[in-house]
Amino acid sequence: MANQIIATEALTKRFGGFTAVDNVSFKVDEGEIVGLIGPNGSGKSTIFNMISGALRPTSGSVLFKGQEIGGNLPNKICHMGIGRTFQIPRPIKRLSVLENVVVAAYFGQNGKVSQAASFDAAKDALEMVGLPTDRGASISTLGAAGLKKLELARALATKPELLLADESLGGLDNSEMDQAADMLKRIRSEMGITIIWVEHIMGVLMRVVDRVMVLDHGEKISEGLPSQVANDPKVIEVYLGTDASDVQASASSQKEL
Amino acid sequence: MTRTIPFIIGFLLVVAPFSTPQYPLHLLIMILIWSLVYTAWSLMGRFGLVSLGHGAFMSIGAYVTALLWNYSGISPWIGIPAAMITAAIMAFLVAYPCFQFKIVGHYFALVTLALSEVVKLVIIASRDHTGGSLGFTPNREGDGTSFYALQFADKETFYFVVLGAWVLGLVIWRLVDKSMMRYALDSISEDEDASAAAGIHVTGSKLKITMLSAVLTALGGALYCQYQMFIGPEVIGGIGISLQIVFAVVVGGLYTMMGPTIGAIITLLMTEIFRNWITSLRTEGIDLAGLDTSIYGLMLILFIIFLPKGVLGELIDRLAGGRQKDTS
Repeated sequence: MANQIIATEALTKRFGGFTAVDNVSFKVDEGEIVGLIGPNGSGKSTIFNMISGALRPTSGSVLFKGQEIGGNLPNKICHMGIGRTFQIPRPIKRLSVLENVVVAAYFGQNGKVSQAASFDAAKDALEMVGLPTDRGASISTLGAAGLKKLELARALATKPELLLADESLGGLDNSEMDQAADMLKRIRSEMGITIIWVEHIMGVLMRVVDRVMVLDHGEKISEGLPSQVANDPKVIEVYLGTDASDVQASASSQKEL
Repeated sequence: MTRTIPFIIGFLLVVAPFSTPQYPLHLLIMILIWSLVYTAWSLMGRFGLVSLGHGAFMSIGAYVTALLWNYSGISPWIGIPAAMITAAIMAFLVAYPCFQFKIVGHYFALVTLALSEVVKLVIIASRDHTGGSLGFTPNREGDGTSFYALQFADKETFYFVVLGAWVLGLVIWRLVDKSMMRYALDSISEDEDASAAAGIHVTGSKLKITMLSAVLTALGGALYCQYQMFIGPEVIGGIGISLQIVFAVVVGGLYTMMGPTIGAIITLLMTEIFRNWITSLRTEGIDLAGLDTSIYGLMLILFIIFLPKGVLGELIDRLAGGRQKDTS
């Protein structure tokens, strides 16, 4: 089980004089759900963008199953088996809900599957996240939670081995957040997909993840089990603040689930 | 009932040349040639790839075919494919850097606008071979009718040649519309990054449709040349023609298969009416030269504001809207 699926080594991204991600190294094993947390602007999405090919690393490397992938085109990285969602949902409004996912199912496999097979795969992905699979449903019928589900369905339809879930459940109510968290768990258990989950609301994340990494100002300041990280004084100082006790409670409740 | 309409139109199109006087037949041929060009433009235009340079591809189609014929005696049967390949290469050379550096929208339109001028200026500058602004006439083969030279003295034969080309254009439009490529390009036109994350090769997909569009446009240009037996840098290219293409497609409808054809019918009939009207006014001593262009400009603005989907698109929307109300 402990096969390493993705690793970064001294990954760095600078935008002019600003260092968005500074020397971040981490490893994720196959089958893990790893939380990546940090305040706004701490570099979480930038790390995702470098892994998924949307941004080229300034220096350092990204290794997927031992192979260097830093700087590859996003579509190529998608074909290799890394799916991603966007923090702000980016649906294609002129296509229907089903068509949005069909595109991902077909092109995510680099066009090597038939159209009929892509429609089936798309319906499976939509069922997994609990969205309607009928041909007519338009994007405008989806609310904030629906759009996030669509992001997830699109990423799943590309048949990834590693899912970069830029979830940011802000804007969802508590039951919707719990639903989303449970869905990620099911994706791992039923589809065997490794997940890196970016989030800045820590409570709900702590319940689900195996391990947490905390970023601040582009640097990794803490890493470990949810219960360890939630009690790390550095994390409490820069991030948790007064919410610390809630998050600690949530992290320790994990065993009960 | 609606299913039989295409067959009725198809039948009328086949029998048309045998019962139509020469002048309407000429109009019909011109409509078909331009419809092919407009359909070719809309192949990419419907995906937000607005080209103001399709005059360049038309010119390439016409001039490469005609120059090969006059100077090397190469039959248009080989010359036209050669011209189409040249257009594809030109499209690649211009579009690849644009797509690679994410030049999209207005900026892409500006680059293509430059292309249409550059090609026009090259034709004018090579006046020793191309006849410059005075235009160029392909050599007549024998008595004017030769299958080898793709020249036909009678309009009837040529009518069927352009009818075939027009149908080819529609078939290609349809094939693209039914393909997964259409979804990819729709997706790209809204969000390139999200499309790439879903595994779509953004640059590759855009290049393919651009080159396909250029190739078909070149075919239209070559057929124009073979039919009119005269081409000029402004007659078949330059900014004027490039804008005319956009205008006609906007009028007809960008997102439907027959839209560009409807656009061709409307604009060509309008041009003919204006021309006759302005000529008759001139005999009475009233000079209104340029009026037609002004009216086009005004119409273009009005269409973009009030009928952005074009005449046919709007019509289909209204019909479909009525039907949807019935079912719901």
